[in-house]
Amino acid sequence: MDVSFWNREIETLPEKELKKLQLERLKRVVEVVYNKVPHYRKKFEEAGVKPSDIKTLEDIVKLPFTTKEDLFVDYPYGLLAVPKEEVIRLHTSSGTTGKPKAIFFTKKDIDFGAELIARCLVMSGTTKGDVLQNSMTYGLFTGAFIMHYGAEKVGVMVIPAGPGNTERQIELMKTFGTTCFHMTPSYALYVASVILEKGIDPRKDLKIKRAYLGAEPYSEETRKKIEDMLGIDVYNCYGLSEMGGPGVGFECVYKNGLHIWEDAFLAEIINPQTGEPVKEGEIGELILTSLNREAMPLIRYRTRDLTYFINEPCPCGRIHRRISRILGRSDDMFIVRGVNIFPQQIEAVLMSIKGVAQNYQIVLENYDEMIVKVEIDRDFFDGRVERLLKLREEIIEKLRKTILVRPKVELLEPGTLPVSEGKAKRVIDKRTL
Amino acid sequence: MHKVEIISIFVENKPGKLEKITKILADSQINILGFSITSVKDFGVIKIFVDKTQEAYQLFKEKGFAVAITPAIGIEIVDKPGGLHEVVKFISSKGVNIENALVYVPESRKKAFFIFEVDNFEESLGALKNNGYNLLTKDYIK
Ligand SMILES: [Zn+2]
Repeated sequence: MDVSFWNREIETLPEKELKKLQLERLKRVVEVVYNKVPHYRKKFEEAGVKPSDIKTLEDIVKLPFTTKEDLFVDYPYGLLAVPKEEVIRLHTSSGTTGKPKAIFFTKKDIDFGAELIARCLVMSGTTKGDVLQNSMTYGLFTGAFIMHYGAEKVGVMVIPAGPGNTERQIELMKTFGTTCFHMTPSYALYVASVILEKGIDPRKDLKIKRAYLGAEPYSEETRKKIEDMLGIDVYNCYGLSEMGGPGVGFECVYKNGLHIWEDAFLAEIINPQTGEPVKEGEIGELILTSLNREAMPLIRYRTRDLTYFINEPCPCGRIHRRISRILGRSDDMFIVRGVNIFPQQIEAVLMSIKGVAQNYQIVLENYDEMIVKVEIDRDFFDGRVERLLKLREEIIEKLRKTILVRPKVELLEPGTLPVSEGKAKRVIDKRTL
Repeated sequence: MHKVEIISIFVENKPGKLEKITKILADSQINILGFSITSVKDFGVIKIFVDKTQEAYQLFKEKGFAVAITPAIGIEIVDKPGGLHEVVKFISSKGVNIENALVYVPESRKKAFFIFEVDNFEESLGALKNNGYNLLTKDYIK
């Protein structure tokens, strides 16, 4: 496997030095927000913590979380840590209700965002001479712009296609020899299907080698599907406007988890209910502290995104820790018999068992009874009741080991549950107190 | 030639399930010759022995059911007290394990077959053949 670096020194910095750098930057950013951002000073005072209390990286737990709600206090400029004249860019991130989150950038913030993207692109083999079709929305959304700057930094030729107009997307790919594209996974799936419908052989008629897909969670199956349809490599990418846009974490050529740039972000994974760190390797909510942003650094920002740390060293040689693909939103969590459970944990177990189909549903009933409904796989059924009973036992046992609660499992006929497309309701809570 | 086939259908235990299955067969003029249900609380497997096996199998498959065809052996039961007991005793004396069973009566009070699934079809058939018992063949199916 070809491993290349944009910034070898920082990407392979030994763990000890990386931690030292993180601590320096953490101390600095805490000092800055305490002195420059009244809302942070107030929050720190309420939590009874001062910048001088941060002596080690572990001391970060003393600091209060920043939530989405904090972004609307003293809106829109209240969280600026620099004079307003230093700000050269506004981006927004749409909330589900009302006003959008306002995120500001200094010149240095934009440059540093591009630097992170340059690392991300080179990490998966993109280089000078490549042609990147950037099919994210150019506008208030950060995704397209920062990607654009990062690609230019590497020396890639950028086609600022923007989203939509599938005919034109395909025309651009054909005419200008696009070698990589940046898209949402759902749109990529659509574009891929149109390419095939048109009778274009992507392996012969197009030059695409890889795709960067992000901005919405997608499964490993979807990745493989797009890869097979187009004969390309698909890389997971993760970012959020609050942290300066895309480039928070991308996959390297090994495509096994996303390297978080730890010189730029301090990542934690917590139990969203208690705020406590989860045990090693457990699923939880990703918490990010921006260590290097000037305009609007955020301390322990609750991303609401679910993931887990992959702690083994990556064969690519990068020290920066990896997280799994984004598994969902922390709001999906529910509690049964005092145990926090995410539907994604249950899904992962079910997908690992031969004999169950893709769809499932979790029903919670009074007295904390948990029923997992799964459809059996048509091809698994061979007429034997004993085999079905064994399958049910296997599901119960594997779930119990993972979630520490023994659920009831109901085997259903294929096709009886609502289809899993995106936001199908997975958890039905019928409990009343 | 001594192999007969049984259709198995996976069903959730819900009212009207059996009715749905018998209706599908009735609508397609497929005759149910023998029938059994194994039920474990919330789900079950319906086993049917029909005159047009492939046709019935395709029909259930198209309708989205989890359906399977399994081989089975049929042995004639003599219509006399202890007739079934004798057949079952014979089967177990040959070391054959009966997995699921149903009864098929081609001619009322004249001819009946005990039909059962086994875990190892070829071996079991070999053990049961040529022992003076009349095994079911396709000729009896109408
Ligand atoms: Zn790596």
